Amino acid sequence: MDQFTINLLFVGASFALYIGIAIWARAGSTSEFYAAGRGVHPVTNGMATAADWMSAASFLSMAGLIAFTGYDNSAYLMGWTGGYVLLALLLAPYLRKFGKFTVSEFIGDRFYSPTARLVAVICLIIASTTYVIGQMTGVGVAFGRFLEVDSTTGLLIGAVIVFAYAVFGGMKGVTYTQVAQYIVLILAYTIPAIFISLQLTGNPIPGLGLFGTDQASGEPLLAKLDQIVRELGFGEYTAHNGDTLNMVLFTLSLMIGTAGLPHVIMRFFTVPKVSDARWSAGWALVFIALLYLTAPAVGAMARLNITQQFWPEGTAGQAVSLEQIENDPAYDWMATWQQTGLLGWEDLNGDGRIQYYNDKSAAMQEKATAEGWAGNELTNFNNDILVLANPEIAHLPGWVIGLVAAGGLAAALSTAAGLLLAISSAVSHDLIKGQINPSISEKGELMSARVAMAVAIAVATWLGMNPPGFAAQTVALAFGLAAASIFPALMMGIFSKVNNKGAVAGMISGLVVTLVYIFLHKGWFFIPDTASYSDADPLLGTIKSTSFGAVGALVNFVVAFTVSAMTKPIPREISELVESVRIPRGAGAAQDH
Amino acid sequence: MADQSTHHAHGAEEAGKAYWSANLRLIFISLIIWALCSFGFGILLRPMLSGIKVGGSDLGFWFAQQGSIIVFLALIFFYAWRMNKLDREYGVDEE
Repeated sequence: MDQFTINLLFVGASFALYIGIAIWARAGSTSEFYAAGRGVHPVTNGMATAADWMSAASFLSMAGLIAFTGYDNSAYLMGWTGGYVLLALLLAPYLRKFGKFTVSEFIGDRFYSPTARLVAVICLIIASTTYVIGQMTGVGVAFGRFLEVDSTTGLLIGAVIVFAYAVFGGMKGVTYTQVAQYIVLILAYTIPAIFISLQLTGNPIPGLGLFGTDQASGEPLLAKLDQIVRELGFGEYTAHNGDTLNMVLFTLSLMIGTAGLPHVIMRFFTVPKVSDARWSAGWALVFIALLYLTAPAVGAMARLNITQQFWPEGTAGQAVSLEQIENDPAYDWMATWQQTGLLGWEDLNGDGRIQYYNDKSAAMQEKATAEGWAGNELTNFNNDILVLANPEIAHLPGWVIGLVAAGGLAAALSTAAGLLLAISSAVSHDLIKGQINPSISEKGELMSARVAMAVAIAVATWLGMNPPGFAAQTVALAFGLAAASIFPALMMGIFSKVNNKGAVAGMISGLVVTLVYIFLHKGWFFIPDTASYSDADPLLGTIKSTSFGAVGALVNFVVAFTVSAMTKPIPREISELVESVRIPRGAGAAQDH
Repeated sequence: MADQSTHHAHGAEEAGKAYWSANLRLIFISLIIWALCSFGFGILLRPMLSGIKVGGSDLGFWFAQQGSIIVFLALIFFYAWRMNKLDREYGVDEE
């Protein structure tokens, strides 16, 4: 059986499973559509949260970004897990106690202001839509590869499937399907990692293998990797090559963004009790950590494998020949990825070999002149393909490759569906029912939720064709937006007595400064030609647009406290609401308006 | 009777305040550990720890790529266990 058929089989079987579960648990009433009737066990909820959370960014993109940058991109690892500590300690139990369906409902009630609710809805829609763009980028890569088409065609096919899937699901379908998706995606991520770790280090646990010994050279794996990338003119893998301030702010933005994203917070509305909300965050992180502890090993080992494939005789010997790339089955992955348009090479100096090195390094330019090289001949290596290509590069069996294709799609699909659900509930429940037409029928509300999903996915697909960065980078921008707008409002709502005007002013200023900063660097509305700055040389010192969320959050806090101090204090009943949210006793089932 | 019930309500309010400050103290301690293991050992203090070697790299690199995540997990479970106990001690748990 050829690889294409195997991939199709794995992807088809996993889809049949998800759709089967979605139909079995098809949403009936609006209450079930949003929050699954609150009967979800913390472990189940944790697993579903993990699937919801780990998207194309975590699964497909992150290891690639770590592989090609090294230590500096540890920010993704710490940021996307550390946020759960904030969520568990600062938000989840209180929002569960409050007992409403959506994040913006909490903001609207706590800040006794329809305006606050409206602003929160807008913030959520902007952050979630940006997030979906990142997912669609990943969907394009995954579908492009397994259908063997270019990534744009893959994206269009993927968009149709994501839409159909999210519309028929609803949260209940999504909760149980996501448990199935979690299992598929974690197997797909860890099985190839275990194989590769065994091949390279003899240790079956990738996180330990990363700090183990490279069996081929007898040296520690990381020391070997540092050495070969250094010899090709790249920055050492384990070294801190970037800027410290930017790394700190980037990590912080991802952490507080995690605690401000609606599709994750919504999960904690679905557990039966406040005490369960605390455990749920822990269980979610257990299941997430399985992937996050493996990802750095995947990155480092893939970088080592790829570099050694291009320099089969070592960095001092001859580069790989074109003839070998064409004929040796070990290099088959290059031809398959070339057709997606995400991998490219060119024999610039016409010596029949492909030299892969850093042509921007001064030392390497000297060596290149001496050797007659004409620049880096691996002209295109999209970081997002690394995880999917990894098992092919390591010559793992066909079924592993099929499994990874299914896992990548599970990751992208589950998160895209969760986000679309958050967007649609924001529009239909908060915007239309809460503001425009409170007497709308249940049927009308469900219909408007579906229309909102369709619009969101159309926008995300269109922008996903020309994304502002790799999947994980685009997603990082979404986190920055959530960090700057939603997290501070929620935290102040629980831990302080900031008033309505303060909260509204804070959210607006946090969102606007962050959005403007991102647009200045990534182009207005992510249209690339309209950017005035770039992340290589950012507007403010060394702060890249992906790291600005933490600054935006600070602006939000400062503005909110200042405005609140100058205006009327909160009324007594709101003060009592804050007191009651702080105490678990009396948490009933969630109430609709 | 009226006196007794106001006294009782007053007592509950006091207990609520004590519960909240115990919670804040716990959050504060947890967040210090959270920051120390990620921003501290993983980034800012890494140069100071570079003498401690861990399999081909140093302790700071290990914290940035593995250790911080393990500590985060431990922190969340510790907090959940401690808070659920605190809920019962102060009589504010869900019936």
